[in-house]
Amino acid sequence: MSRIVDRPSRRFVVAGAAAGLAAPFLMRHEALGQSGFNWKRFDGTKLDVLLVKNPRSDLLQAHEKEFTALTGIQVSSEQIPEQQQRQKAMIEFTSGRPTFDVCMLALHVQKRLAAKGKWLDDLRPYLADASLTSPDFDYGDFAEGAVGFGRQADGSVDTLPHFIDFWMVYYNKEMFQQKGITYPKTMDEMFSAAQKLNDPSKGIAGFVSRGLKNANIPVWTSWMLGQGMETVSPTGQLQTDTPEAIWAGEMYKKMNREVAPPGTVGFNWNECQTTFMQGRAAMWLDGIGFATPLEDPTKSRIVGKVGYGVTPPGPKGHHSALFGDGLGISRTSTKKQAAWLYMQFMCNKGNQLAMLKAGAGSPGRSSALANPDAQVGSRFSKEYFECLAASGKIARAGLPQIIPVTEFRDVFGVGLTNTLSGADVATELRKATEAFKPVLEKSEQG
Amino acid sequence: MTDKALPATEPTHAGGTHLAPRRYFLFALPALLLMAAVIISPWLFTLVMSVMEFKVGGAINFVGLGNFTKLASDSRFLESVGRTFWFTVLAVVFPIGLGTAAAVVFHRQFPFRGLLRTIFIMPMMATPVAVALVWTMMFHPQLGVLNYLLSLIGLAPFAWVYDPNTVIITLVLVEVWHWTPLVMLIVLGGMAALPTDPYDSATIDGASDWQMFRFITLPLILPYIMVAVVIRTIDALKVFDTIFVITQGGPGTASETLNIFLYLQAFQFYNLGYASAVVMVFFVIIVALSLLLLYMRQRLKWNAA
Repeated sequence: MSRIVDRPSRRFVVAGAAAGLAAPFLMRHEALGQSGFNWKRFDGTKLDVLLVKNPRSDLLQAHEKEFTALTGIQVSSEQIPEQQQRQKAMIEFTSGRPTFDVCMLALHVQKRLAAKGKWLDDLRPYLADASLTSPDFDYGDFAEGAVGFGRQADGSVDTLPHFIDFWMVYYNKEMFQQKGITYPKTMDEMFSAAQKLNDPSKGIAGFVSRGLKNANIPVWTSWMLGQGMETVSPTGQLQTDTPEAIWAGEMYKKMNREVAPPGTVGFNWNECQTTFMQGRAAMWLDGIGFATPLEDPTKSRIVGKVGYGVTPPGPKGHHSALFGDGLGISRTSTKKQAAWLYMQFMCNKGNQLAMLKAGAGSPGRSSALANPDAQVGSRFSKEYFECLAASGKIARAGLPQIIPVTEFRDVFGVGLTNTLSGADVATELRKATEAFKPVLEKSEQG
Repeated sequence: MTDKALPATEPTHAGGTHLAPRRYFLFALPALLLMAAVIISPWLFTLVMSVMEFKVGGAINFVGLGNFTKLASDSRFLESVGRTFWFTVLAVVFPIGLGTAAAVVFHRQFPFRGLLRTIFIMPMMATPVAVALVWTMMFHPQLGVLNYLLSLIGLAPFAWVYDPNTVIITLVLVEVWHWTPLVMLIVLGGMAALPTDPYDSATIDGASDWQMFRFITLPLILPYIMVAVVIRTIDALKVFDTIFVITQGGPGTASETLNIFLYLQAFQFYNLGYASAVVMVFFVIIVALSLLLLYMRQRLKWNAA
């Protein structure tokens, strides 16, 4: 043996080189063989996938080559900006002949629409079929809240919740330290902290959040979750003019009028983000999915100063407003089983972890959030990951689970915006409730 | 040669155009078919849809004039009509006034006139969505360059599009910046075609510059201004991209014009029947306004004076 090491023969070197070249293929074959799952069943199939334009879809597209190498399935995917994608999905599904096999849906907007229109296939039979679902897929690894968020009222599961977004509070730690203030423990404390931090003479606001109609609804519902209440009851009754809703409306009004920068009435998330990122606001209530630019030195003036706080509890509840996207298989697709392989692969543990590490958003899988590898080399602090985990435990739907979500956001969004111009909260909410009630009733009838 | 080519049995045009043979209509047929396919049939389809209750994904029911009566009592729709007219008036009057003034200036001879004219028409070349995005950044109340410029001259920050009371006038500002050059080009073209004799006579008579403008130039260029008014009115009535990108109709509904209202109904709420009724009303408004403006233009023609 020592002779071989000291003076290897030509035959030995050639054999060694051949073994070295063949090793990756042998190992790959062995890896596939370990699970005993046949990924090549649908070799040669071509899938069409409709995605929303965002960093997560970029990652899905980046994984396509690997998926094709594993399965032999070709993927043709397209990313379309959110609003247009929703319109395309709606129109194509309604036509009865969608041009895609897999579709990304915003669960907080399209969940009930998808159920009503019977857009997507129920995934339960696929999950139960061992010949179609890889043993290492582990559906139970998806967070309970995320799975529940995607589940329809009849118990069917028509999407895999590959992305979830929690509403939380970004805060400027430096500003808090300068004023000797600690992160608020309640929603009321949040207002008093914002009052102390608010300094218009220096162009600094105590708080910033969305004021623009439609976009402003999650701000109001976040406050309302502090009352332990959603805008629509489990039986489908509007709770938008209750004392709890009015309390949340008053909270929205005073936070956006008294301690916010001028002009928040027209602010969407991007204006809020810019304001906070430029060090012009001490706190920002929004989705954690918007964190990435805050830690980018080429865009942000507050890199390393950002605190990630869980939405504080309100008088009667402690929840984080939940939003999310799911992937589903078109019910009319002729390649459903291949589509299921695509979804399994794109939502596997490795790819969900990659999403988290890339800062592209919070994945639906618990293992990704719990994985210490996620923090290695991440631009985010430990606090970010803690906030994600803690928010996940208290997450609750941020928008009502009804069919006309967009009308809801529009009607109540306008009412809330009016309060920023001085209108009475109770009056506006009652007016909006009255206007929306027939729309909701009609949607449930037809 | 032309005469020889005409069949002996065919009546000539000298005998009256009403005798044109029927087979000549064959030549117009392709154009008629195209018109029917791309203009008339969609219009008829919209008309049919406007009397239906049709929500994408739901049943289609005939409701007669139900959508129109609902529109008549829909305060948000009525407000959007009023807002559309107000926006249109401002977005026509200011560019017309400023564009005409610019044309008068650029009609004169002065150094670097060509270069300055080129610079002046540059906004017109920009894509409306790109223009709107840039203006959105400039309007930011805290970080926008406009409030920074105001601060340099000691003025308080302005809310621009972030205040329901100032949003329309601010959006008009964007329209003025974008489309005044178009008016200038139209009027300048008209001024280049003006005869010089009246000016020679007026100079001999001792008329001042203002008098020459008021009593010679303005009446002569009025037909051109009317062309600009027609174009600007139609453009301002149908403006969507600028408003949608900058405010999405907000704050609240403060800048929700008919087009934004229509977009919401059709493509956000998928109420296609109701949206079709809005289109029909909008169509009637556009046709009525266009006829009025074309009538006025006819009245202002030189030979009609």
